[in-house]
Amino acid sequence: MKDILKKANEIQKKYSPFITIADRVETTGKGRLSGMAISVKDNICTEGMRSTAGSKILENYIPPFDATVVERMKKEGGFIIGKTGMDEFGFGTFSVNCAYEVPKNPIDTNRTCGGSSGGAACLTAAADFSHMAIAESTGGSISCPAAFTATVGITPTYGRVSRWGLIDYANSLDKIGTIGKSVREAALLLSVIAGYDRMDSTSLDLKQEDFTKYCKENEKIKIGIPKEYLIGIDERIKQKFWQAIKVLEDIGAKYEEISLAHTKYALASYYIIAMAEASTNLAKFCGMRYSLHLQLKGNYDEYFSAVRAVGFGEEAKRRIILGTFARMAGFRDAYYLKALKVRTKMIEDFKKAFKKFDIIAAPTMPILPPRFDEIEKLQPAEIYAMDILTVAPNLAGIPMISVPCGFVNKLPVGLHIMADHLQENKAIQAAYTFEVNK
Amino acid sequence: MKKILDETIVKKVATLARINLTDEEIKKFTSQLSDVLDAFKTLDEIGTTDIKPAFHPQEIKNIWRDDSVKEYEWNPLKNTEHKEGKYFRGPKIV
Repeated sequence: MKDILKKANEIQKKYSPFITIADRVETTGKGRLSGMAISVKDNICTEGMRSTAGSKILENYIPPFDATVVERMKKEGGFIIGKTGMDEFGFGTFSVNCAYEVPKNPIDTNRTCGGSSGGAACLTAAADFSHMAIAESTGGSISCPAAFTATVGITPTYGRVSRWGLIDYANSLDKIGTIGKSVREAALLLSVIAGYDRMDSTSLDLKQEDFTKYCKENEKIKIGIPKEYLIGIDERIKQKFWQAIKVLEDIGAKYEEISLAHTKYALASYYIIAMAEASTNLAKFCGMRYSLHLQLKGNYDEYFSAVRAVGFGEEAKRRIILGTFARMAGFRDAYYLKALKVRTKMIEDFKKAFKKFDIIAAPTMPILPPRFDEIEKLQPAEIYAMDILTVAPNLAGIPMISVPCGFVNKLPVGLHIMADHLQENKAIQAAYTFEVNK
Repeated sequence: MKKILDETIVKKVATLARINLTDEEIKKFTSQLSDVLDAFKTLDEIGTTDIKPAFHPQEIKNIWRDDSVKEYEWNPLKNTEHKEGKYFRGPKIV
């Protein structure tokens, strides 16, 4: 066990996946995760271990309790190896909006691991010991880093996994999920953390389930491929994607090109909803009960406004401003309410497609993992556009898996497999079938 | 074309959101967020009359629980520097 912490520190020196590394490791139970190192994204509360959500405003926050997912993981014998790096509160696609060290891609350290669960994917790719990651997605924060690091990321149905103890970004979108080196690993950790929890009022009334039992081949998968998801994609990624579909077709799968007509509205709808919810969620960070404290000076408004100016990073401020704007009298109907209505249309698109198909498949990301110097030159609107393939399924709250499907110039490409609400079984089966036949 | 967002609105929003912004930030955010709002204009193309808003991905039922007192083992004052006895200390309200 000591050896594992030594290894974690060595990985940290090379790739910085952690915000905090455990100072000791101990297992508290025997079970399905016995002796297994589990990393926890830093926006998930861990008792007695600093949880910053990547923000300076929570630099010294030590939660007095474990999130439900952490409690369940510990009961099954897993131990926390550390807290992984992320964009502040999940606000980003490349893990560069972080008040701490930026995780570097183990495949090429000049490149991003993706975000916002960048540290989780980075460690999963770099670890040469038994490790799995608890990650979290709001608009693609599990799929994107999984694709960029050639790991497997599962984002479950909204409500399948308890959000109790999650430092929230957007309540109607946040989903805790898993990243592993294989479909089976990611499915195993999901089996442990999923299931009803009375502490989360949006938790679905579902029993715990063993998702690894769906790690078996299915030759007769019906696949829908939305044509809108192939527009503006790097041609080399498209090629890899079609090769992946061919692998499934060769063993008996059938595919059809389909249309998800409201895809072009997904980015706008997602960002308005996510920012609106974020701007209300972040209201609690005001320098009183926890988080960064300044000397008590001035009145209520003056003190809060000062704390938040110092504690939040630039992207957090940007999202608070736009999110507050979208909810303001006079603008609310045109932005926030409109976005929610468009979301209804997008959910209907998916529901209709899943009447005919087991899964919907697409590339996970439109680009290969970019270099940090390329990211620096991008404007916010350009960065938001990188989420074009992941935001719609996240808005719909359907389960999705990114599974590695090859390399272009030594850089990994992800195959994105989406399924209907609560049909994780179909997504896992398809991802596993691809994984063993590719 | 007239921009929806200008520096006056950004300042007003910052006040509502209880966050002090520097002049430089106001200028930068006004320009960047105007670009973002321009990109969001696509939503105007789509008619949504009679469409219900999706506040959640699936319909969520309200969950009721007994209104019973639960003692927490942990000390809620543990993470604050501003306390007095059993209470949080805050800034002046009036």
